[in-house]
Amino acid sequence: MMNKHTFMMRLLPLSFILLLLSGCGEERLTALDPYGPQAEWILDNLILSLYVMAVVIIVVFALYFIAVVKFRRKPGDNEYPKQVEGSKALELTWTIIPLFLLAILAVPTITGTYYFADTTPQAAGSSGEGEGEGVSINVTGHQYWWQFDYEDGFTSGNEVYIPVGEKVEFTLTAEDVIHSFWVPALGGKIDAIPGIENQLWLEADEPGIYKGKCAELCGPSHALMDFKVVALERDEYNSWVETMASEPAEPEENTTASEGRQVFEDQGCIGCHAVGGQGTAQGPTLTNFADRETIAGVVEYNEENLEAWIRDPQSFKQGNNMQAYPDMEDQDMDALLEYLASLEVEQPALGRQVETDGSDRIEEPQNE
Amino acid sequence: MADYSAIIKEKKDKSVLMDWLTTVDHKKLGVMYLIAGTLFFLKAGLMAVFMRIQLMFPESNFLDGQTYNEFITMHGTIMLFLAATPLLFAFMNYIIPLQIGARDVAFPFVNALGFWIFFFGGLLLSVSWFFGGAPDAGWTAYVPLSAGDYGHLGMDFYVIGLQISGIGTLISAINFIVTIVNMRAPGMTMMRMPLFCWTSLVTSLLIVFAFTPLAAGLALLMLDRLFGAQFFSPDSGGNAVLWQHIFWIFGHPEVYILVLPAFGIISEVIPAFSRKRLFGYTAMVFATLIIAFLGFMVWVHHMFTVGIGPVTNSVFAIATMAIGIPTGIKIFNWLFTMWGGKLTFNTAMLCASSFVPTFVLGGVTGVMLSMVPVDYLYHDTYFVVAHFHYIIVGGIVLGLLAGLYYWYPKMFGHHLNEKLGMLMFWMFYIGFHMTFFVQHILGLIGMPRRVYTYLEGQGMDTMNLISSIGAFLMSAGIIVLVINIVYSALKSERVVVSDPWDARTLEWSTPTPIPEYNFAQVPQVRSLDPLFYEKIHGDGKMKPAEPLSDIHMPNGSILPFIIGIGMFVWGFGMIMLNMENAIITPYAVIIPGFLLTFGSMLVRSIKEDHGYHITVEELKKLEKEVS
Repeated sequence: MMNKHTFMMRLLPLSFILLLLSGCGEERLTALDPYGPQAEWILDNLILSLYVMAVVIIVVFALYFIAVVKFRRKPGDNEYPKQVEGSKALELTWTIIPLFLLAILAVPTITGTYYFADTTPQAAGSSGEGEGEGVSINVTGHQYWWQFDYEDGFTSGNEVYIPVGEKVEFTLTAEDVIHSFWVPALGGKIDAIPGIENQLWLEADEPGIYKGKCAELCGPSHALMDFKVVALERDEYNSWVETMASEPAEPEENTTASEGRQVFEDQGCIGCHAVGGQGTAQGPTLTNFADRETIAGVVEYNEENLEAWIRDPQSFKQGNNMQAYPDMEDQDMDALLEYLASLEVEQPALGRQVETDGSDRIEEPQNE
Repeated sequence: MADYSAIIKEKKDKSVLMDWLTTVDHKKLGVMYLIAGTLFFLKAGLMAVFMRIQLMFPESNFLDGQTYNEFITMHGTIMLFLAATPLLFAFMNYIIPLQIGARDVAFPFVNALGFWIFFFGGLLLSVSWFFGGAPDAGWTAYVPLSAGDYGHLGMDFYVIGLQISGIGTLISAINFIVTIVNMRAPGMTMMRMPLFCWTSLVTSLLIVFAFTPLAAGLALLMLDRLFGAQFFSPDSGGNAVLWQHIFWIFGHPEVYILVLPAFGIISEVIPAFSRKRLFGYTAMVFATLIIAFLGFMVWVHHMFTVGIGPVTNSVFAIATMAIGIPTGIKIFNWLFTMWGGKLTFNTAMLCASSFVPTFVLGGVTGVMLSMVPVDYLYHDTYFVVAHFHYIIVGGIVLGLLAGLYYWYPKMFGHHLNEKLGMLMFWMFYIGFHMTFFVQHILGLIGMPRRVYTYLEGQGMDTMNLISSIGAFLMSAGIIVLVINIVYSALKSERVVVSDPWDARTLEWSTPTPIPEYNFAQVPQVRSLDPLFYEKIHGDGKMKPAEPLSDIHMPNGSILPFIIGIGMFVWGFGMIMLNMENAIITPYAVIIPGFLLTFGSMLVRSIKEDHGYHITVEELKKLEKEVS
């Protein structure tokens, strides 16, 4: 039903302009090219409100320009025009007609508010014919990264995986200051507030990687608090969950990776970064670190950048809480990088091909 | 500036500086507000230019995240509290007594006190740059980012500086209310008041009801920051959302506090240059009152995404939509004032009339923002930035510019140059649309607000470049205005007539330059637009409502200035409580500051000051000189 509605809307000229504009933004980021029922609802009603507002704008602009052109004072004309006190009929007209225009917007506003407020997760589509339980994910905002806790007991950082075509419930809070969780291509945003739990649901129509951003000022690196939503087909999602939930294999003994693991423990990395079930989530969990597109959500993933990040995180993301390791021995660093590169959770063949040429990532340190 | 020390023999000889520091004359204070507001406006505008330079290209390193956050915070805070408010107060101070036929405001001493407290509060906020950085949590100062654990020392300057300047604003507002209610000339009933006086009255009422919750909120935040209270700390049972409620109960009416006087200016300028009375005056008055009332009922629309629940969100959405109706009434009444008139397009009228369609563009996005689920998209994005700049720049700043060009000959005795005025208008107006129109779209394609940079390849590069170029064009327009002010002061012909625009209201019945006492005899008002009424039904001059008699004038006083300094000193001492390595103990600063403030108040209370009289003989001589 929603799709037919959208199709009808897109036939109309204003919508056409918006469609053109959607070409400006990046696919799977811009809200003008929706990938889920919530984002579609938002765009449809945005267009509806544009139509109503176009009526107002056209009337006002027409009256204004006619008045400006027609009623000019001629040079030397010192007569006063007729002094009109007002008009009850006109006053009533421009009080009552806007009432009707606003009623057109008020109805979907209220139905929509309740539609968005029902966050009950559903397993197979928002139609409610689901089999089994839907997915619920707890989200915690930190300066400047996102923690995603799954019901199966594992945690993921900065990238959240969801099954396609299912209404997924997010329960949000924050650890330090207020953040706001926003995936424009999938739906609306909601604030993550310390001491409070908020609910939001999102649903992706297609597999792929959707970009998310923090929308509430949270400190110097607020602009860099990006995350990604990875939508997978249900069976791929299941196998991803299974791997994440199981204990990751220790690196083989006497390899560089196992030395790296030793460094990881000796330097205290594990004190903040959990791997598998071990360690705490003071910083992003690294269980599937090597699967990620980016370091810290925004920095392009490669060994060089990773080393630069570990030695001086502040140069990439000002004000973040990670400790710097400027003096780590090169040998230790190499081992550590090797170990981190081994932290893969078997990747199903997901929509990674839609991913970009890497132009959306920072390639150089920001604040030197 | 009208130099009436030449006309009036001062009781005591004062230097020019002492004259301005001690003045209680509403006209001089109006000019002081104008100068202070302009300086703060230029400062905050410069910050905006720096921000647009940073955002001109993706991943730029011109400013780092921390500095950028300090700039957004100071830009917003200064523009609203220390630029827009005083600039509007400048016109309210200067024009209201003239428009209602009064010799001054009700409490001239309080008027001066309000200015100096506002000024020193603003100064306290501004010196934060020299003590480890300006406030950095946004002008909304959301906790916990602004609270003890995360906020820097700059936030103490925000809390104390705004608290002090807010006291100044509050007492000035009370003064305006008393003045408008009590000091109208005989015959000027409430429903014969110029609309600018009406909107100023309503704005002053809004200030009384809105700045008080702000003061309470700032006091709570101060207790949290300086004395370890936990009102807003979630870890100790405090509530982070509480601050947002308090802030927006103030913050939403604040928008109307600023925009209503601008509406008033527009309602003066459009009739004057249409040569036609304001269409639907009564409807305009009641629309103003309804907007003010509803303005207190909609604060949650700034908080739709804090998870407050569908019932609350729906109620506040409908209330927000309802504000569109009285605002629409105003728009159409302005249009129909122009309709059938005889329009003259000088700079003042260009600014005033282009305000109408521009404000509509900001208004419609306002209604769009009230649709809760769609707001989940708009909220905290550049769409919102575009929306409120259409209201604030397209509404308030255009209104201020219109008022400046309109009242300038009355205030300073000469016109601003029209050619430079036109140049300024078109540069500013085109630059404004370039800067802010594209920001609507930037928001929709995924650019959150308050970001110091954006990544390449997300489709935001071109529009940000356009926006920055527009901002440069706007600034160039403002530079042309500054040049115009200097050029006109040197080259412009003196205005000697009292009514250069063939206008309609009482301020144009006073001689130029205006004598210290405004009206030798208080005029008798016979209609709305009293001066126009006399032009049609009389001889074009106001009839006196009283015989020529001695005029009682207030003495100037240095005490308001000293009280302001005292508040600055103790405010700074309070901030020192949070400073590491303060050179002396903070109490050595706080206590003298308090003594200075309250000591001056004590002096004011026990020292008798009855003012002085201008006698009839002196008056006759002065009036002869003037005419």
